[in-house]
Amino acid sequence: MTLQSNREGNALYLYLSGELDEHSVSAIRGQADRLIEENAGLSRAVFNLAGVKFMDSTGIGFLFGRYKKLKSFGMDMYLENPDASADKILALSGVYTLMPKL
Amino acid sequence: MNEMRLKFLSRSENETFARNCVAAFALPLEPSLDELSDVKTAVSEAVTNCIVHGYAGGEGWIEIVCKTEGDRLEIEIADEGRGIPDVAEALAPFFTTLADEERSGMGFTIMQTFMTDFSVLSEEGKGTRVKMGKTFGKRAGHAR
Repeated sequence: MTLQSNREGNALYLYLSGELDEHSVSAIRGQADRLIEENAGLSRAVFNLAGVKFMDSTGIGFLFGRYKKLKSFGMDMYLENPDASADKILALSGVYTLMPKL
Repeated sequence: MNEMRLKFLSRSENETFARNCVAAFALPLEPSLDELSDVKTAVSEAVTNCIVHGYAGGEGWIEIVCKTEGDRLEIEIADEGRGIPDVAEALAPFFTTLADEERSGMGFTIMQTFMTDFSVLSEEGKGTRVKMGKTFGKRAGHAR
């Protein structure tokens, strides 16, 4: 699992790549939080999931955690480009009501 | 009819190995990509439960037994860990005992939704055994 980012205007873009499960999430949690803290003045963060080849409910927990952190800075969170299987568990978990899919 | 058994330590790096093993074993049944993805996700949820809840980060054995017959795959995933005090409560969507650790509480809900049938047997102090099955090609539009 890798995490890359860039800043465009008032948005922080985070590109997740690899398999998002119990093992991999611990490797990127700290990095994601540091990026959010460094960009705390922006209005929103967009998580791009195009590179995510597998995701289970641990991934959902990871996204909820980042959502809470972003909210504490007054930032909105969005998701984009999940594949069909990630989309299925994101929809089932009601994630899109908090972090809409672009 | 075919059968396989897999036993491995409760380390999170074994999750990828476990779900891909089960998926590979199911391949001769010619599941669709969606069905295979459902199986991998359900296995990942059950194995994560063994690691995070059953053994609570400690080390123990996880055993997976898979059987195939016709279009059907049966999977049993068992640990010898702490067990679940109240199974009905644990099955409720969004229920988690580890809210501080960013747990979604959706593991059992995902297993129930993605598999054709599902049951869980657990005894405190003795462990937990999840049984689930999937019959492939049940939905319309399945290409063989």
